[in-house]
Amino acid sequence: MTVVGPSVPVGAAQVHAQVAVATRLAFGYALPGGRRREVLRGVDLSTAAGELVALIGTNGSGKTTLLRLLAGTLRPDAGELVLFGREAGSYSRMDLARRVAVLPQSLELPTGFRVGELVTMGRLPHSRSLFGATRDDEEAVERALRDADAGDLASRYAEELSGGERQRVLVAMALAQEPQLLLLDEPTLHLDLAHQLNLLETITRLRGERGIAVIAVLHDLTLAAAAPRVAVLDLGRVVADGPPDEVLTEELVRRVFGVAVEALRDSAGRRRLVPSIRPQDSGVPGAG
Amino acid sequence: MRAAAAVTPRSLVGGPSLTKTGVVLGGGLLLVLLAGTVGLALGSVGVGIGDTVAILGHRLLGVPAQVTWSVPAEQIIMEVRLPRVLTAMLVGGGLAVAGATFQAVLRNPLADPYIIGTASGASLGAITALMLPALLPGLAVGAGSAWLGVGVVQVLAFGGGLGAVLLVSAVARAARGGAVTLLLTGYAVSSVLAACVALLMYFSGNHLGSIFAWLMGALDGAGWRNLGLATPLVSVSLCLLLARWRRLNVLLLGEAQASHLGVDPVRERMLLTGLASLATSAVVAISGTIGFVGLVVPHLLRLATGPDHRLLLPASFLYGAALLALADLGARLAGGIPVGIVTALIGAPFFIWLLVRSRRVPVAES
Repeated sequence: MTVVGPSVPVGAAQVHAQVAVATRLAFGYALPGGRRREVLRGVDLSTAAGELVALIGTNGSGKTTLLRLLAGTLRPDAGELVLFGREAGSYSRMDLARRVAVLPQSLELPTGFRVGELVTMGRLPHSRSLFGATRDDEEAVERALRDADAGDLASRYAEELSGGERQRVLVAMALAQEPQLLLLDEPTLHLDLAHQLNLLETITRLRGERGIAVIAVLHDLTLAAAAPRVAVLDLGRVVADGPPDEVLTEELVRRVFGVAVEALRDSAGRRRLVPSIRPQDSGVPGAG
Repeated sequence: MRAAAAVTPRSLVGGPSLTKTGVVLGGGLLLVLLAGTVGLALGSVGVGIGDTVAILGHRLLGVPAQVTWSVPAEQIIMEVRLPRVLTAMLVGGGLAVAGATFQAVLRNPLADPYIIGTASGASLGAITALMLPALLPGLAVGAGSAWLGVGVVQVLAFGGGLGAVLLVSAVARAARGGAVTLLLTGYAVSSVLAACVALLMYFSGNHLGSIFAWLMGALDGAGWRNLGLATPLVSVSLCLLLARWRRLNVLLLGEAQASHLGVDPVRERMLLTGLASLATSAVVAISGTIGFVGLVVPHLLRLATGPDHRLLLPASFLYGAALLALADLGARLAGGIPVGIVTALIGAPFFIWLLVRSRRVPVAES
């Protein structure tokens, strides 16, 4: 993989190359007794190289299922998914793992491994030497640890990590795969504010430097609003897709999330959605 | 914040350091040589260490040496003890590698090579063979008969072990379950087969002694012929397992993550359990069901080497080989008791210690 420095402009062709194009994608889970739970009912979503799409929606709206379909670990029941110009089903699992990386919502890390060894596992799809690590592997792992802000964790054991440290290690594992499409399921989970911002900064840089396309499931609407593009999943369909200012309206949030929000302007003049939360009482019996 | 990121030492990226690998594998090799030499020299008839080494050098490597030993001593070493020690090593090493594989694939620390039906299937096969004269008196075949130069007991034990695993895999596949389904199916099928074994034993009459010896695991029947049959099967499956160390590691991350890294968890689990079962069935066929080696050796080594299968698998082979060679020596010196009794006597207390210890964080060092 060629690494383009930040000052080198990315070619126009690379920016517009379609990474993933989903057309009327449908998927349901089989339930006991022959019933099915339809989760996705015709999703249209596409992303190009270098793009960042924030995917939002209520719990159970199918965000994680959509990521699994895009990663190729689930096959759609209907519809079409084209990845990097080819039908997704035509790739072997290993071929796809060389191009698509997933940051899972939760992952139990096995005990006894050091962080450096865990991140090296992300190199499996690229591994060419039977027992060792190639120079490419070593460089990719070091870069991934640095990009995920996890370099200082390399010699620590997995079971000694805090929630936020684990999350950074998971990000590093995904980056070690050197993907062209990065699927993030709740990437800011467990991260403190500084590490959340750092992760967003890294994602922005990787999009610019290497043209990685990123689809990130986010729950925090403020974070989602920072993405150049927001897609809203509701009842198994993408109901809105576009720049945050157009998508994240008070009306849409009320309709999809059932929550009243107020749009305010911050000091820089950007729109901010603020949920209307009534101040709670003290909870002391008899006080109210 | 980025400035705080430390430079990653190369050794961490690459996995276990060369020093650690050298110490663990070198130590294992040394232990194997030591156990082998002692196992050859000691026994009901003692042959001196010097003579033992000289006989081996003379016969195996063609080292010119002045013959200072007796002809019976040479025969004991070459025809009795050498095949027996090598069989113990093949069996111990094979069981330990298979155990390490099952523990990783099933993500269960209590897994051993027999957990998905190999032992009960092989036992049923072997006992059927041992009782053939009683079951089918008209057939005139006995435990001593051979088909194409292969003992009936070995053939039926191998076939029984592999057959049980295939049955368990097919049922687990039909149930479309994961590792837990495989584990539970293995338990259920093993129970049925064990009941059949018990039934045969109940009606076995004067065959009970030989059946019991087989079930406890014994290397009395070890010889060049059996060793020659099992060695290719065990070596091929162990080499293929070793080459898949990365996939074994990745399976520890769980099915979803394994599949994100390009590994089909269902297919990989079937392949790995298949290879480990092939090795297990081959060694069980020539040694009976020797317990605890396959459970204990990988756990012991994980404490020293960590869970990385690149080092864990070869180390398991070496230490498993040395351990069973020493256990067999103990069994011989104790008057020829089944070696399975010795491994259980060492293994069970260790197992209890392991259960107590597992309450703590299972890290080798910190």
